[in-house]
Amino acid sequence: METTPAKVNLQEAKNENTNSRRQFLKIGGLAVVGTSLLLSCNNDDDGFTDPDEIFDLGSGDLGILNYAYALEQLEAAFYTRVMDGSYWMNASAEEKLVLEDLYKHEVIHREFFKAAITAAVNGDTNKVLPELEFDFTSVDFNNRDSVLATARVLEDTGVAAYNGAGTFLQTPDYLVIAGKIVSVEARHAAAIRSLYMDDAKAFAGDDIIDVNGLDLAKPPSEILDAVGQTGFIKTEFTANRLPKE
Amino acid sequence: MEIIKFLEAFTSENLLAKTSSRREAFSTFGVLGKKAAMAAIPFGLATSSSKTFAFQDQNAAIGALQLALTLEYLEAEFYLKALDSGVLPGGSRAEAIYEQISKHESAHVDFLIAGLGDEAVESPTFDFTSGGMFDPFNENGTGQEVAYAQLLALAQAFEDTGVRAYKGQAANLMGTAFLTPALQIHSVEARHASEIRRLRARIMETDLDQDALGWITLNNRGPGMPEATQDVYDGEENVSQGGVNLVTATGFDDVAVSQSYDEPMSGNTASAIAGLFIAS
Repeated sequence: METTPAKVNLQEAKNENTNSRRQFLKIGGLAVVGTSLLLSCNNDDDGFTDPDEIFDLGSGDLGILNYAYALEQLEAAFYTRVMDGSYWMNASAEEKLVLEDLYKHEVIHREFFKAAITAAVNGDTNKVLPELEFDFTSVDFNNRDSVLATARVLEDTGVAAYNGAGTFLQTPDYLVIAGKIVSVEARHAAAIRSLYMDDAKAFAGDDIIDVNGLDLAKPPSEILDAVGQTGFIKTEFTANRLPKE
Repeated sequence: MEIIKFLEAFTSENLLAKTSSRREAFSTFGVLGKKAAMAAIPFGLATSSSKTFAFQDQNAAIGALQLALTLEYLEAEFYLKALDSGVLPGGSRAEAIYEQISKHESAHVDFLIAGLGDEAVESPTFDFTSGGMFDPFNENGTGQEVAYAQLLALAQAFEDTGVRAYKGQAANLMGTAFLTPALQIHSVEARHASEIRRLRARIMETDLDQDALGWITLNNRGPGMPEATQDVYDGEENVSQGGVNLVTATGFDDVAVSQSYDEPMSGNTASAIAGLFIAS
């Protein structure tokens, strides 16, 4: 059924608008602590990355895809840890099933981006976001509230991130695929909110859906700033060239 | 654009006044569906630059929003009638959920009418029994229990259709100011779909399984869903994205892979589904 997409070349445009070298965003929580932990170079599949060079997500569609890949890596890493925690092991049947599905879905999303971006840049791994390192010490994986509260933030953030990034995509195929993912993230968000919050209307609550019935949409700068503040992502990377308008 | 003529047909009296039975409605929309398919926008043309698609897809964008408005009319009226019907137990969790969804669907109608301005289509007259096939508001004596089951089943079908239909129109909105709001509505529909599916499973006392959660598994319409809703789910079994077979790439099974992605629905399929409930 799936048609092979038109070959989309993600090699970065030559005339991209980089009117400022000043980075508008950099995340990676531990920038002042020992440098050996910070950098993205534990990837064992290339010998080319300069260890002093911080990965930049890139520009255009490549930048947006790497951005989505970063968020999916975060979600996948989080639910992988949930699967090892005592809360999940002892959770109710419904919560256990839901969280296990979310784990699988997010890993599948992550692996999709890895494969799709790698193919689109013709295997040039210098352009593919490396595997990030995470620090979830602020989450108690043995505690229901801690796990579900974090899941709720991640899922709502994912929805707002995809909703806000869609307009920056230039390639219709990518927009459709992002659309295929965001609705699943929204399904997740509703389920987690419904399980966690003591309010029958929380699945699409007034705290996130506005008077026009619109969900959140946030630009990459805002999302990356919020994600950076969680301290979950240890590996530093920059987003200097993501499209802004 | 052909697609606009097609959508205008929604409000054309001579076309719709005669469609008194479900069969007629379906065949009428089947014919329209073929026209819509012929009017499909060649996506390949839209890839070259933002200027190009902003220009050429303006009409497609209007058509996409008119289809969206028609679906929102259907949903908004459905939930208002559901809340009026007395079928939902007063003070129940189900009632609270329907209230919240109703609020959003009515807001979507207002939002799209405001956005479309003179291009806004009028609401069709809906028949939620689909020519006597269902009785979700217990108007025809089917009894509370059966009506409740149908009320839940139709809500699930409408929400899952809404998610797929918006997704199918996203490319037609590229380069326009409507893309982001449409995405924002789309994810709200997905939240609704998730909640309704889980609510339904609980009320129907379905065993918790892959088909009774908030996401769509393969092309399974879920336990207790009428066969007439199968069109809503066909195509959801896809396991390849962007040329990547994700069963092969991840080692997860096709159940998990299909759940991880919702698939788009064409405008004509969405119209045919809505057409089952359009009396005139």
